[in-house]
Amino acid sequence: MSMGAKKGRRLGSTRLVLLIPYLWLALFFLAPFLIVLKISLSQTAIAQPPYVPALDWVAGWAGLRDFVAALSTDNYALLGSDWLYLVSYLKSLQVAAVSTAILLMIGYPIAYGIARLPRRLQPILVMLVILPFWTSFLIRVYAWINILQRDGLLNDVLMRLRVVDQPVAWLSSDAAIYIGMVYSYLPFMVLPLYATLEKVDETLLEAAADLGCPRWKTFWLVTLPLSLPGLAAGALLCFIPITGEFVIPDLLGGSDSMMIGQTLWMEFFANKDWPVASAIAVALLGLLLVPMLFYERLQQRSLEGGR
Amino acid sequence: MGRKTSAFNVVSVALGLAFLYLPIVILVIYSFNGSRLVTVWGGWSLTWYRALLSDRAMIDAAWASLRIAALSASAATVLGTCAAIALTRMGRFRGRLLFSGMVYAPLVMPEVITGLSVLLLFVALDVDRGFWTISIAHTTLTLCFVTVIVQSRLISFDRSLEEAAMDLGCPPLKTFLTITLPLIAPAIAAGWMLAFSLSLDDLVIASFTTGPGATTLPIRIYSEVRLGVKPEINAVCTIMIAIVALGTVASSLLAKRGAMRRERAALSAQM
Amino acid sequence: MADAATQGQTAGDTPLLRFEGIGKRFGPVVAVEAFTLDIGQGEFFALLGPSGCGKTTLLRMLAGFETPSEGRILLDGDDIVAVPPHRRPVNMMFQSYALFPHLSVAGNIAFGLRQEKAGKAEIAERVTEMLALVRMPDFGRRRVDQLSGGQRQRVALARALIKRPRVLLLDEPMAALDKKLRAETQFELMELQRKLGTTFVIVTHDQDEAMIVADRIAVMEHGRLAQVAAPSEIYERPNSRWVADFIGEVTLIEGMLADGAIETGLGRFRAAIPSGGKKRDTAWLALRPEKLRIDAQRPTGGELNAVAGTVFEIGYRGDMSIYKVRLADRSLMKVALANTSARGQASFGIDDLVWLSWPPEAGWVLTR
Repeated sequence: MSMGAKKGRRLGSTRLVLLIPYLWLALFFLAPFLIVLKISLSQTAIAQPPYVPALDWVAGWAGLRDFVAALSTDNYALLGSDWLYLVSYLKSLQVAAVSTAILLMIGYPIAYGIARLPRRLQPILVMLVILPFWTSFLIRVYAWINILQRDGLLNDVLMRLRVVDQPVAWLSSDAAIYIGMVYSYLPFMVLPLYATLEKVDETLLEAAADLGCPRWKTFWLVTLPLSLPGLAAGALLCFIPITGEFVIPDLLGGSDSMMIGQTLWMEFFANKDWPVASAIAVALLGLLLVPMLFYERLQQRSLEGGR
Repeated sequence: MGRKTSAFNVVSVALGLAFLYLPIVILVIYSFNGSRLVTVWGGWSLTWYRALLSDRAMIDAAWASLRIAALSASAATVLGTCAAIALTRMGRFRGRLLFSGMVYAPLVMPEVITGLSVLLLFVALDVDRGFWTISIAHTTLTLCFVTVIVQSRLISFDRSLEEAAMDLGCPPLKTFLTITLPLIAPAIAAGWMLAFSLSLDDLVIASFTTGPGATTLPIRIYSEVRLGVKPEINAVCTIMIAIVALGTVASSLLAKRGAMRRERAALSAQM
Repeated sequence: MADAATQGQTAGDTPLLRFEGIGKRFGPVVAVEAFTLDIGQGEFFALLGPSGCGKTTLLRMLAGFETPSEGRILLDGDDIVAVPPHRRPVNMMFQSYALFPHLSVAGNIAFGLRQEKAGKAEIAERVTEMLALVRMPDFGRRRVDQLSGGQRQRVALARALIKRPRVLLLDEPMAALDKKLRAETQFELMELQRKLGTTFVIVTHDQDEAMIVADRIAVMEHGRLAQVAAPSEIYERPNSRWVADFIGEVTLIEGMLADGAIETGLGRFRAAIPSGGKKRDTAWLALRPEKLRIDAQRPTGGELNAVAGTVFEIGYRGDMSIYKVRLADRSLMKVALANTSARGQASFGIDDLVWLSWPPEAGWVLTR
């Protein structure tokens, strides 16, 4: 199909178009992972950089052999044995799963509602859903601190309404984490859902009604199955980054149990234990590999299959 | 042709939008609060904006963020557009699977992983960390978003336009520059804007790759916020929101004017 | 296939264009196979076939957008297969028109000349000339999205003609127009081609369009050339059942060749036997509906072939009525009857007993 491939003159410039981003990504995206993998097998040391062994390129083959011999899986053994890490993995998965479920329950009606509203309103509504995404993530999380803090707005309103008579500690709780997650990731759930729901042909629903299917049943039998690709994309687009989220639990959550992103951050910045931080990153990546591959397939199919 | 819109549809959209906007509105209002306390309304005041003007560190951070965002967005736009062209136009080349994997993965990769790994690369290469390392990391992160936007435009692009140009004697490279590029320019511009705002927004990757003397705005805000609510931060956030809102309104107005012109043109064609 | 290719050739000397054993495969799919054809200077030539028959692939190979898997394409005797599209002296009018949306009408038309680095004055003059040619003199500064479908089509035509190509390629040029406009445009296109004397190669799936506009038609079936000839020849003397059935309406009756006749289950019908046809070979008698007579009584006349049946169905089409008559072997034969009477009432009713008849020269015997 490609015209360029056959014609020698174009080969040069076409190659470059591929080669430049390819090399960039290989150097700044792929290579770093290999380094992380390597460091996760190293030992902490008081040195610069703070780990051993360092690969000695000058020593050649012997250097490489010494290097491989000095690698150890101690860091992974530590991750498996210390409750701190296990708990934060489980906590991350729990938060991601519950948040995604809540996002689905809130996001679906919104996406469905937008798709059912008059056509000329839809672009404006979509714009309104995207708009917060353009403002800083940090700002949006921070906005909730105003509301959730002890002498914040929520407690103020609740106490005036006499729902509670003592200020509730919203901040530094799991509830605050869920609120922050749902708030921050809502556009990621609504947009892919809307994109598939908007394509559902109105006449399909009319055909179902014409064949005697009540409205609620039409939803289950026609609309929902047709929106499954968007549902899967939205769920993955939320679940994967939430699992590794750092900012939201750090600012809104409590200090009693940490999510894995926080643990990694702490090991790296506070404890300066780079090998353990790397091991955590590798383990987290392993955890997310299956959903990420699944998401990539969805993405590729929607971008490349739509020809 | 009437689409059946139920009250449930309207209510869920309205509640959803309220949920999305209420916290932002509250934040904006409190940036004008004369009182330091959130629950106490001290009357409208510009106190916190004035305080901001004398906050040298905050202004420096904002300036650093803007420079990094402009540089990395521009680099990401070039690289991301190249990647999109490669993915849509080059068919099955060797290493395509790896390439598309590398392009799409950063879209969902947790930022702590990306940040940590790219930092370790810089350490291994023994590069001084600061402005340039953050810019490179942000370019890598945002180029994928540019690719996705440009790629979806290229897929819907009518190839016969390029064929027509070549048929009329235009060589392939010139065809790309005079026909394809002008027509996908809006998508490229949208990609640049998204990359810019993502870079401006990023805390985690910047925290990993930053060095002495390169504090970005999110890093600055984060270090203040950790210590609790400060009204000055409300003011900073309001300014950032205002910039985004103005940018969005301006670009949508431009788009609307184009659409109106087209519509009028279509009407006159029928007469 | 060589004899089929040169059949009905109008231009005598070296052909302008020659396809020589062209084949094209997309992976396992064969799009064009063993295709050989000559097209003469100044011809209006049509490539006709159902969708997926390879006609568009052939046109795209001519323009240079596809490379043949095998064979040569000769233009004025030179092989152009290796020449990239932007260096070929052929221009194409695209099915979607492919007008550049970011350029004005004049900008679109001038595009080809600009690539040749022609002078400003020359470009302006030629653009004005082309705009006059397609009868849109005042449209030069319009934007493309300000044009109606018919106007776009003319701009696309002007754009493709401005470089005075050796061959103009037209890919389903009228597919996007409504029926009335299409009919007008067909005649305009013929007039234009006569005026310019340029060779036109048109791809279409519309047999009426091909018959109206073209000097010669190549009918394609599954990537192969089925028949190439003038429109009347293809209609009156198709070379296979497939072509007979693809072009217009036809009734086919299976039988065996005999002396000056064909022996069928419905009787023995006099007809001209194709040269080389052997006795007792399986053959088919092809009958066009408008060539049959329909009567209440058996018509007299020594030479006439006749067969009896009952009227099964009547389709009223305004200018004519199509009768489907059920014959003794329960097969149906189509007859077209011009509605000449003012009232338009049918001459026969359902279940009426009728006789169908035709002179021997009205039938055409096919052996494949």
